[in-house]
Amino acid sequence: MSIDTRTPVESPDEDAADRPEDAAQWSARLRHSAVDALPPERLMPDRQPSYVASWIYVFGVLTLSALVVVIVTGIALSVMGPQWWHVSTTGLFVNSLHLWSVEVFFFTMIIHLWGKFFMAAWRGKRRATWITGVVSFVVSVGAAFTGYLSQQNFDAQWISTQAKDGINSTGAGAIFNVTNFGQMLMWHIVLLPLVVVALVGLHVLLVRLRGVVPPFAPPGQTGVDVVRESAAPESAPPTVTNGERP
Amino acid sequence: MQTLPIVTSRLVGSLVNLNHPGRYVHWGFIQLSVANLIVIGAMVVVFAAAILIPFRRHGGSDR
Repeated sequence: MSIDTRTPVESPDEDAADRPEDAAQWSARLRHSAVDALPPERLMPDRQPSYVASWIYVFGVLTLSALVVVIVTGIALSVMGPQWWHVSTTGLFVNSLHLWSVEVFFFTMIIHLWGKFFMAAWRGKRRATWITGVVSFVVSVGAAFTGYLSQQNFDAQWISTQAKDGINSTGAGAIFNVTNFGQMLMWHIVLLPLVVVALVGLHVLLVRLRGVVPPFAPPGQTGVDVVRESAAPESAPPTVTNGERP
Repeated sequence: MQTLPIVTSRLVGSLVNLNHPGRYVHWGFIQLSVANLIVIGAMVVVFAAAILIPFRRHGGSDR
């Protein structure tokens, strides 16, 4: 007598979820809608529309890169602790990397914001992309602010005592006490990074979903196809002329 | 091994003397530190450069 110890799978194809009787399940519906909206070739395309060949389009990804450095150095600081970042040479270096990557993050994000503002990047059903970008910027300001409050130096004390009157004048001081170091540190390393990363992730997914906003058509050519499209027809957004998607 | 940071900090310090209170510009009710003004100016310069400097493309006529 032999015992079949293999996993009881009928066949690899049948194991995949796509059985007709499963179609009504929420997990199947969610998966189908996600794959329909963002197929892999659109989620990570090989090519971009020709109008993206400009330095002004680089600043979004520069901002993302700076955010990655912020998060990685922040994790290192969290793991090693205050003695490390205040005393050791390596800790001071990583602490400085954390600060300067934040400076780069805001520097490039502001230029990204200016570029998208003058492109009117909310055109063509891209309102949600614009709004998530704006909200990410505002939340990032809060994340940076609580970071400056968490420095454990005279600068942090000065900023907190200057800020408390402003915060209290809004009525938020009852639940957001800028002189409470523990609370500010938790906001800085837990709550606000989660919100920033979630918003930025949503922002990037929306960019992939709606495509990069095209430039305005030259005067007198509204409605004429002035944009050469990507070489990846299935993943590319539909041809756009005046910024509106069909 | 503390020599290198000390030398570096003195080199940088000899270029930009930061050992003084911050300088501010006043324009009506607007008060702005010179340091922040320099950063804003740098952002404007980089923004203009990003628009004006041509983007080098890779080979291929379709891009």
